Amino acid sequence: MATAAPQPVVRAGASLRSRRLVLVLAVGWIAALVLLALLADVLPLPGTDKPVGAARTPPFSATGPWLGTDGIGRDMASRLVFGVRISMMVSLGATAIALVLGVVLGLLSAYLKGPIEAAINIMTDVMLSFPPLLLLLALATVVRPGVGTLIVSLGLLFAPPFARITRASALVQLERDYITAARSLGAGHLRILFRELLPNCIQPVISYAVVVIALVIVIEGSLSFLGVGVPPPAPSWGGMIAAGKERLDGAPYLVVMPSLMIFLTVFAFNTVGDKLRRRASHGRSDA
Amino acid sequence: MKPTSAARAPAASAVRLRVRRIALRAAHLVSVLLLVTLAGAGLASLLPGSPGEEILGPAASDEDIATLNARYGFDRPLPVQYLHWLGNALTGNLGVSIQTDQPVTEILAQRLPVTLELTVLALALSLLVAVPLAVYAASRENGAFDRVVSGCASALMSVPVFVLGVLLVYVLAVLTRWFPVTGWVPLSQGLAANLHYAFMPVLALSLGEFPAFYRLLRSDVIATLKEDFVQTATVRGLPRRYILLRHVLRPSSFSLVTVAAVAFGRLLAGSVVVESLFALPGLGNLMLQSVPAKDLPVIQGVVVLVASAYVLINALVDAGYGLLDPRVRA
Repeated sequence: MATAAPQPVVRAGASLRSRRLVLVLAVGWIAALVLLALLADVLPLPGTDKPVGAARTPPFSATGPWLGTDGIGRDMASRLVFGVRISMMVSLGATAIALVLGVVLGLLSAYLKGPIEAAINIMTDVMLSFPPLLLLLALATVVRPGVGTLIVSLGLLFAPPFARITRASALVQLERDYITAARSLGAGHLRILFRELLPNCIQPVISYAVVVIALVIVIEGSLSFLGVGVPPPAPSWGGMIAAGKERLDGAPYLVVMPSLMIFLTVFAFNTVGDKLRRRASHGRSDA
Repeated sequence: MKPTSAARAPAASAVRLRVRRIALRAAHLVSVLLLVTLAGAGLASLLPGSPGEEILGPAASDEDIATLNARYGFDRPLPVQYLHWLGNALTGNLGVSIQTDQPVTEILAQRLPVTLELTVLALALSLLVAVPLAVYAASRENGAFDRVVSGCASALMSVPVFVLGVLLVYVLAVLTRWFPVTGWVPLSQGLAANLHYAFMPVLALSLGEFPAFYRLLRSDVIATLKEDFVQTATVRGLPRRYILLRHVLRPSSFSLVTVAAVAFGRLLAGSVVVESLFALPGLGNLMLQSVPAKDLPVIQGVVVLVASAYVLINALVDAGYGLLDPRVRA
């Protein structure tokens, strides 16, 4: 073992460097996606709903559109780009709702003792006892599927874990002297909650939020794949994969392209989330 | 009571504390289960119109709608509906399907074995692969093996199960024709045929679960390897393999057990994606077929079954934790 000791250090350095490269690429990809989502309307794309050529034109062919066409001849590039917009709207929107709601509930349940705390905790437990996919399928029976309903229901669904994380770190922070100091200086409840407690609890919440974005992208994709998510003709990556899987033998590229988009996007968010979490835990051990 | 030895008093209070803790946990469990079932029963009241209108569509006559609402009890207020449902559920009656008139418990009993088989096999396969890979990778942290497998696990973690499934169909069914694209043969018609059809769905599910197990166990083993008792064992000259398997694996696997149990519950629901892709007659597909038909009794049944299983498994893991880790025993 002793002879091998210096080696891991060199390797760790190499893996650190490649990890940094992956991180830079991930951030770049996310930035590109956000730009695409924002600029989708002004980009020179033929649109997502009308056929522009023969069905199932392969990508990079000499004659057709550069990414080819889908099963009924619609432009693949347009559908992928507008798919970015839907994916980003759902994942960022739902995560934002979940974060705000969860943080407020978590802070309140840590700060208030008694029945409100108990009520918030039991609601959290009930919500967490449903596997998300099951609850969303059940909800699809009673509400009309669409981007709006997806954002709201996913936002509500992911609020409880945010509440738990916030509560856990708020309970630790509440013991600290600065809270007592603020209290004896006459700070009101709202000031203590949102000016003192919140900034000191937010770091683990933020790194979790990035992971939730990735999770929501996967769940939205799964629901659309199952036909209960974003309703067609709107271009959703999951729906495109579901449509393309019928033609796997002749035109696998119909499935490969949206799959690649989902993979790269989820991977990018997971990479950033991992990095933030690692930084948060290092910060704590240094302190 | 006074004259008894001083040593017994703390023991008695420890027992009382333990009973109190178990009672509290049971009360919590029951209230969560009640709320879960209430949410299941309350689903119908989220519909914009009455269930009868929604199920029969705009062309139906008012009488038909009223008959259907009365038949399934949708016309009664929610608390009455819920108590009625709960009373029946406790006697093993979950109502009848609106589509087929079959008792819901019967339908669930037909569908559950398929989903259960997928879940158990997927969990077993992913653990079987993840545990040795994680222990080996952790024992040579940052070595070539560790970096390759950890890289693959990180990448795999970002591939949704439905993408994995379609990919497997393409490679193992369309290109090579080794496995059937869709379909199911029950276990009763022979193990080989059953496994032939179960292989791809199980592989897709277990590849989806593998990265989480691998990453968790790897980092826990790395942490355990830094403990003093491992150093002691190494200094005593015990073989590396013996130390890894007998000293390190058990204390490193506590979080893995918790996560695997949660994964079991999640797979019960999560198998809906592969069930749909491979056309398997499990709970997930049942749910998926009942959603457009708004077959509320069936949906309620699946939701309550899976959610209660999920809650119970989590409670069992909490309770069983002490068996595995003597340090948390009270």
